[in-house]
Amino acid sequence: MASATAGAKGAMFRVARAVRSGLVSAFGAPSIVAHAAASRKPPTAILNATSTPALTTATATAPTNATVRLTRDAAVDRREAGLTVGRARKTFISAEDKEVKAIDDVSLAVNAGEFFIMLGPSGCGKTTLLRSIAGLETLDAGEIYIGDQRIDNLPPYERPVNTVFQSYALFPHMTVAENIAFGLEMEKKPKKQIDATVAEMLDLVHLSEFGRRRPSQLSGGQQQRVALARALAKKPKVLLLDESLSALDFKLRRQMQTELKRIQRETGITFIFVTHDQEEALSMGDRIAVFHNGRPEQIGTPEQIYDEPVDRFVADFIGDINFIDARITGPREIETAGVRLAVAQDLSGFATGKGVSAAIRPERITLMPRGKADGAGAGAGAAGPTFDGKPVFDGTVTESMFMGFDMRVHVRLATGETVMTRLAPPFDASLIAPGTPVSLGVESDHIRVVER
Amino acid sequence: MTRVPEESTIFPSSTPSSAAPSASTPSTSMPRHGSAPAPRGSARPRRKIGLGRKVKPGLLHRVWAVPSIILGLLFTLGPICVIVAFSFMSRPDVGGGVKFAFSTEGYRKLLFREDFFGNSYFDPRYLEVFWTSLWMALVTTAVCIALAFPIALWISMRTERTQRILVLLVTIPFWTNLIVRTYAWMLILNDNGPINAFATAFGFGTQHMLYTTGASLIGLIYTFLPFAILPMYSALSGFDFRLAEAAYDLGATKGVVLRRIILRAARPGILSGIALCLIPAFGSYVQPVLLGGGRVLMVGNLISSQFSEARNWPFGAAISTVILVITLLAALVASVMGNRSARKAGESA
Repeated sequence: MASATAGAKGAMFRVARAVRSGLVSAFGAPSIVAHAAASRKPPTAILNATSTPALTTATATAPTNATVRLTRDAAVDRREAGLTVGRARKTFISAEDKEVKAIDDVSLAVNAGEFFIMLGPSGCGKTTLLRSIAGLETLDAGEIYIGDQRIDNLPPYERPVNTVFQSYALFPHMTVAENIAFGLEMEKKPKKQIDATVAEMLDLVHLSEFGRRRPSQLSGGQQQRVALARALAKKPKVLLLDESLSALDFKLRRQMQTELKRIQRETGITFIFVTHDQEEALSMGDRIAVFHNGRPEQIGTPEQIYDEPVDRFVADFIGDINFIDARITGPREIETAGVRLAVAQDLSGFATGKGVSAAIRPERITLMPRGKADGAGAGAGAAGPTFDGKPVFDGTVTESMFMGFDMRVHVRLATGETVMTRLAPPFDASLIAPGTPVSLGVESDHIRVVER
Repeated sequence: MTRVPEESTIFPSSTPSSAAPSASTPSTSMPRHGSAPAPRGSARPRRKIGLGRKVKPGLLHRVWAVPSIILGLLFTLGPICVIVAFSFMSRPDVGGGVKFAFSTEGYRKLLFREDFFGNSYFDPRYLEVFWTSLWMALVTTAVCIALAFPIALWISMRTERTQRILVLLVTIPFWTNLIVRTYAWMLILNDNGPINAFATAFGFGTQHMLYTTGASLIGLIYTFLPFAILPMYSALSGFDFRLAEAAYDLGATKGVVLRRIILRAARPGILSGIALCLIPAFGSYVQPVLLGGGRVLMVGNLISSQFSEARNWPFGAAISTVILVITLLAALVASVMGNRSARKAGESA
């Protein structure tokens, strides 16, 4: 009998091991352990896409030692950044056996203590990049640093990052306090210290009364706070938030946005927040990276992203915008709808005569009666008719929609294109009836020229 | 809201649970889980449906359930009543059957032996049979649970389609009669069977495996493995593997994730699996006879021999009753303990 059980025991462990390795591959991180040793290597010299962990060698501690090559030309000093991603790539094989570039040569640097947002539509690679930073996905190529520490070869449990998951992923069989304590227990911290940290975290997220409850006894917003507290308890260098507010209803989401900003300010931890909600991104982020097809199209402050989108995708993805067909007529001049417009943007990158799009935000367009513009525009120069210095288009109102805080007015231009504008209250009744002939004015620095 | 995997059913719907008639009773009385919020079901308002009251369309009046309930009671309690009654009767002078005269002889025989002169001595022979049955059942259960956990975990991590196929494969043994399947094991373990063919080919010589305790254990483990896999799979199939990711993220190594997160999620399944293996294995009959060659007597064999060769029906009935009481007590204790831990969880919350 004894030998029979011993044999069975051995078999059991073999099966268990096989299952465990299967488990890891199910998480998409098959080689996390295999690479763990490589991470102990000293930091490399200038890193580029061709260097692999095995080939890189340490050189003297020259300042260039700590740079991460972001593109072929640009490099940043990673010691000053909170998190640096250098030329990261990851390819998935889709169900149709096609290669999908989830992360397509992505380089970015997140400042320490920054609230950084990765924004984009679903499938743009933002979540894959976040999971790669967390260690739940493995990059095909590229490097990730936190400060001076290379982390892309570390298993998830050795990385100084923590994640707030979209589904919260709270352990249902543990109380709120036990959930928060879990990460600290993994660090083998003394019991006293764990209790103190748990209390501190509960206080931070205003849930001090709820420590002994189970996650199932909490509301969605409260669960969200527990997930946040659990991740922050580990005092990570970088906190990753994966669509963390998307499961909450509108009001709660607003509230949590404010809360997150407060917590980020108070803790000083670098936050990397993934979302597809542009409004959330604009209101919360210190900087935003707009992702499209596996790479950031633009990285900048919310104001930059909103007012100076670099391309049509970014302009279209963030907020409402009108695209009007235009043609380049000079270094700072375009022609659109039969009107020549001076623009503030430097257009030297575009060839003269090239067809482009003029992107104009609805709220930047002034709606006025037709005749008024005509009279004022009489003295206009080569740039065409103007009103108070604004170039003017003529059009006809096609539709008006009351939105509460403003009125959306659609105007058809002479070219047949429709432009949407926003009218602030009090609403001028003479301007919004369909069929009314109107004029539209726009400041030259509110026109953004992008590729068509 | 997070899902509560503990509340999943013991068996997936594809499983013919009727294949385990003796096991279905304890599975319902086993503790489901401590952490499940206790007041859930009771908080729901009860709809009263009485005679003469208007019943919502689509709901059958409860009168229609009466025939089924009567039949059900007859089938479950009827044989038990007969057995309990028989256990308190006495042997006829010749042959099997019972004589309608009250006697506790059957129970006394379990522990005491009377010599020719009418003196009673303590007789450990039948207790030894109980003991043998118990450890064989325990070994069977332990091995089944140990084997079933990785299998169940592996199945639960496949795609939905593969999972369905694999669960079907696990239930294949239920499609054939147990005795036929045990005969198949006899052929496999035979001195001239395929295993021995290998053994002799590689110079190990013929290994006598059939008609040993080991052989009956193999038969028992084989029989009860699906009963361990299915409830555990059921518990794990609802497991949110993102919890494992979260644990990794919080610094847990793979071993810790397996122990503290996945094994914890499988716990209700493991408890059901233990009940479904331990109790029927304790009373198993076929495997010790066919594979063990009757050398190791288990309680099931003892009972059957009392009704056949020994022709001592009251004694056989008494042993059956004792097993029944022990099982019920065990189930009761488990249920009370389960309730207590559930209440504890509720209080702490």
